[in-house]
Amino acid sequence: MADKLHVSLVTPEATLFEGEVDQVVAPGSEGEFGVLANHAPFMTTLAEGPVVILDGDIRRVFQVRGGFADVSEDGMTILAEQAEEYLETVH
Amino acid sequence: MASLKDMRNQIGSVKATQKITKAMQMVAAAKLRKAQDSAQNARPYAQKMAAVIANLAKGIIGDSAPAMLVGTGSQHNQLVVVATGDRGLAGGFNTAIVRAARDFINAELKAGRDVRIITIGRKARDQLKRTFADRIIESYEAGSKSPTMAVVRPISEKIAAEFNDGRADVVTLFYSRFQSVISQVPTAKRLIPADIDLSIVQDTHGAVYEYEPSEEEILEVLLPRNLSVQILSSMLENNAGFYAAQMSAMDNATRNAGEMVNALTLKYNRSRQAQITKELIEIISGAEAL
Repeated sequence: MADKLHVSLVTPEATLFEGEVDQVVAPGSEGEFGVLANHAPFMTTLAEGPVVILDGDIRRVFQVRGGFADVSEDGMTILAEQAEEYLETVH
Repeated sequence: MASLKDMRNQIGSVKATQKITKAMQMVAAAKLRKAQDSAQNARPYAQKMAAVIANLAKGIIGDSAPAMLVGTGSQHNQLVVVATGDRGLAGGFNTAIVRAARDFINAELKAGRDVRIITIGRKARDQLKRTFADRIIESYEAGSKSPTMAVVRPISEKIAAEFNDGRADVVTLFYSRFQSVISQVPTAKRLIPADIDLSIVQDTHGAVYEYEPSEEEILEVLLPRNLSVQILSSMLENNAGFYAAQMSAMDNATRNAGEMVNALTLKYNRSRQAQITKELIEIISGAEAL
């Protein structure tokens, strides 16, 4: 089984998501990027947009505003000033 | 001596007060639980933020470091931010914070520095207005609901503006650290230059961090945001501390009222009996005289 990426999405009000996932796609200020397990240490500011968390068949989308993503060997941390999950309609 | 009716009224009014303090204690207890939860929920964000800043700061301490991180090199213009609750009836909670701030301000003034004040919470404004009215540049209310980013943002923007315009070199925040339900400690937290704990820097095992955009640019966005986060977490701790202090103050008041009711009831019964005895003596000696 492939390695999993530990990701936590925190806002000042609460921790919105924490867990092991396959992949995270986030809107970096210099372009959208995807993070898999064992990514090189990396840090960026985030633009306003959706953070997509993918794990198997599960797909969760959070709209974030103003924040940072920090990828270290412990996993990925997204610090968002504001974030909320939006529920996608399934086609 | 007070008549029996007066004493009855007094007992009644103490009992009514006791009911109010009891109700306030229970309300404070319920609100305390919620305030503690939100203070706890905010902690991971603040911790991660501190870790990220420490990580960045370690790499670029030097000439290129932004002033908000390392300070302007001067200590002259002090900006003091004092955060208390809006309301009282919480024992010495607000007063303790204000006293700590006032001691600090007096010491800075003695050292010949210029001090200006921003207050958060009505009590801070009311108490500091007496002595430092001309030094208060802005007052905010803490709000009755749990503080949010929306409440904090104008405050941190004001502080950042003061700093960027060169009207403040050092910014210190006074609030009450929530140690436990029975102990809240008035605390000074330095906001600018940022107080960085380098011990929390993660060891990357030689791996090189990549930054996008550059470290300096990230810090420039991150530091003002860190201001907001620091203020928010202080206000959340204040909020929890306020309800804890109010709860124990009201618990004391309820207990004191109970003791007072007991003492008054005893006194009332004694005087009632004394009066009955007196009346009996009067009747008996009246009958004997016949």
